[in-house]
Amino acid sequence: MSENTQENSGFEPRIVGFLCHWCTYTGADLAGTTRQQYPAGIRIIHLMCSGAIDVVYVLKALLDGADGVLIGGCHPGDCHYQTGNLKARRRIALLRKVLQTLGLDQDRVWLRWISASEGRLFAETIREYDADLREQGENPLAAEWDL
Amino acid sequence: MDKKCDKKLGVFVCWCGSNIAGSVDVDKAVEEAGKLDGVVHAENYMYMCSDPGQQKVKDTIVEKGLDGVVVACCSPRMHENTFRKAAGSVGLNSYLLEIANIREHCSWVHQNNKPVATAKAVNIIKATLDKVKENLPLETLTIELTKRVCVVGGGIAGIMSALDLADAGYEVVIVEKEPVIGGHTAQVSSSFPYFQNISKLLGEKVKAVLEHPNIKVYVNSEVEVLDGYVGNFNVTIKTRPAFVDSAKCTSCGECLAACPVSLPDEFNRGLSRRGAIFIYNASAEARIPVLRQEDCRHFADFEQSQEEKCRACVQSCSENAIDLGALPGRSEEFVGAIVMATGYDLYSPANLPEYGGGTIPDVVDALAFERMLDPNGPTGGKVLCHSDGRIPKSVMFIQCAGSRDPERHKAYCSRACCMYTAKQARLYKRQVEDGTAFISYMDIRSDSRDFEEFVQVGMEQENLVYIRGRVAKVFEENGRLKVFTADTLTGRQITMDADLVVLAMAMEPKAGVRELAKKMNVTIDGDAFLSETHIKLYPVESSTKGVYLAGCGQAPKDITDTVSQALATAGKIQTMFSNETLIADPLIAEVKDDVCSGCGVCIEICPYGARVMNDFVRISEVNQAVCQGCGACIAACPNKACELINSTSRQFLRVIGDFTSKVKAVV
Repeated sequence: MSENTQENSGFEPRIVGFLCHWCTYTGADLAGTTRQQYPAGIRIIHLMCSGAIDVVYVLKALLDGADGVLIGGCHPGDCHYQTGNLKARRRIALLRKVLQTLGLDQDRVWLRWISASEGRLFAETIREYDADLREQGENPLAAEWDL
Repeated sequence: MDKKCDKKLGVFVCWCGSNIAGSVDVDKAVEEAGKLDGVVHAENYMYMCSDPGQQKVKDTIVEKGLDGVVVACCSPRMHENTFRKAAGSVGLNSYLLEIANIREHCSWVHQNNKPVATAKAVNIIKATLDKVKENLPLETLTIELTKRVCVVGGGIAGIMSALDLADAGYEVVIVEKEPVIGGHTAQVSSSFPYFQNISKLLGEKVKAVLEHPNIKVYVNSEVEVLDGYVGNFNVTIKTRPAFVDSAKCTSCGECLAACPVSLPDEFNRGLSRRGAIFIYNASAEARIPVLRQEDCRHFADFEQSQEEKCRACVQSCSENAIDLGALPGRSEEFVGAIVMATGYDLYSPANLPEYGGGTIPDVVDALAFERMLDPNGPTGGKVLCHSDGRIPKSVMFIQCAGSRDPERHKAYCSRACCMYTAKQARLYKRQVEDGTAFISYMDIRSDSRDFEEFVQVGMEQENLVYIRGRVAKVFEENGRLKVFTADTLTGRQITMDADLVVLAMAMEPKAGVRELAKKMNVTIDGDAFLSETHIKLYPVESSTKGVYLAGCGQAPKDITDTVSQALATAGKIQTMFSNETLIADPLIAEVKDDVCSGCGVCIEICPYGARVMNDFVRISEVNQAVCQGCGACIAACPNKACELINSTSRQFLRVIGDFTSKVKAVV
């Protein structure tokens, strides 16, 4: 698959995805069930709710060299835990501001609403994210910090 | 982090036939997994979930004394339970087994690059092993269960759930806002598709409720406070003052005549008038008058002295049954489950001024028309023009009034209108043989047994005139009602006369349901209908455990569907009550009491009220029965004093570490 193979730079974006149990994780399952194909750089971590995303997890992933961090939750109004996704939205908005203030790259953090029935959207999101990260290039922190 | 793991871990890689083995080199995966820290056993098998596959897992757990297992297979949503059960059956705590999702999240989505998919699978297995290493053995939690039910709303939904539960032997309390139970169903004349007499059907059920030894009814009451959680709710019920003593009242009716107030009667949809003291539903069995404080002059005249205040009803009563000094009551009921049967209101015709709603007296809503058809109603069962009492020779029924209009009103279909309009038109034609019934419709939705036939009989044998199109305007001209509409099947504009216009108004959730839903911690949708947990699989469960839904409060529906749903709700609650205690998942929040500073952030953020401050030691605690394990409090805690059991931040950080180490593709 051309998308997956290294073309010339050898750079394969690594994405850490925090996906909520009820929507996006299940949406990612559906992407598999329907055999959607997407780049292999994504690693999925299961959260019960996107509202449980701790900014420390995002920071840890970025400092460890993840090129992107995806937070996936239910669409607004659909949260299994009522408002967890809105909490995530607020928290991630703040985090992006903080990242910007610190001179870090806020565009490496994506928050997306993907429902359990949107397997295709999940795959599309990963393809889009992968392409975007290829454009942005490698997370410089990976080289700067040898943690 | 790099210290040697002292646990004995096993890895079982499933081929899933070729589903996994087709794109992941399962031998390589086993070889790599076998090198990982703590792994004492790694193997692969064609179908791990098959009986021999599970047996392999079980045998290995026993033979090698495993204290942690990773099964690399399909999504945990598929077989986590299967393997956890298998592990549990041979004595390994089931929470020490985790699934590495290498099918949905790996082999199926990376089908054409085996080395990459294999490396990813190994990476996922490694991360899952690192999580398992830190997992604690857990036991399910036990919660006390009170086998009593509170039904909020005494309409047909509440009545049917309550009767079913009471017949099953459980105590039920019904909380009804109005003075009598029966709800909107009591306003309806007859049912479709068989023209059954509703007041007879409903009357029997109301009687059964009132006489049932297991049912207690609170009328004139509302839920004021809800505390507690599934199995253990404490409901505080506020009852409006009972100004009329039902033990003394003889239903003589003197007070009704004496009251100087005159207001449109809500039950009769404004077709008759009532005083501040009135009989709510004339055909109900209980004919005890109710005095509505907000309408009564005695309570309105603040300026006057006690002697000057209106006491007309009190003076008229020969039995001294009226006490204007009565006070509201408060009761508490301890229950294990709650049924939200809050019902609907019709969207007010005043929202449709272009149809003369609320201004032209001969434009009435569908429930008003039902009241006309009821022999016990204000017109004695006759269809009459409200303005002058003449018999209408042409009646225009307008469907979708306020429904299916996303730009201006309600986007949804109110579901019952097509059928009740056909019923009303047919009943009108039976009564006024030389009259014409016009029905303006967008589509006819007659989607249940005998519904389509019912409409067809109306069209073909009873000469109902169906006009496909949306009425633009209803107005008065020279003392006559005119309807301006279009027939979209012939493409012609029509201006016609009508004596009476009946609006099939949209159903909307009962007023005040937003506040109630908040008290009950139940989510509502954009239109304020109560949301179910899952539209297909959990259709009567609300977002709060132990709170169930029935009837039109959840979505518009007809009586048939309402009753089905009410009985489903009753069935669900009986299933819950078939256990002596409740079992809860132990994967919930936990507080490190030596770290918690008692700031209370978690209490504010918890959507379930599961976090409570122990005021004695100023530490926030977790109510294990209420916590749903979402993790909101964990992310919000400023000093990491709480953790989700078996999904701790330590575990997350290790997994993140595994996922960011850029392993070169194996092979």
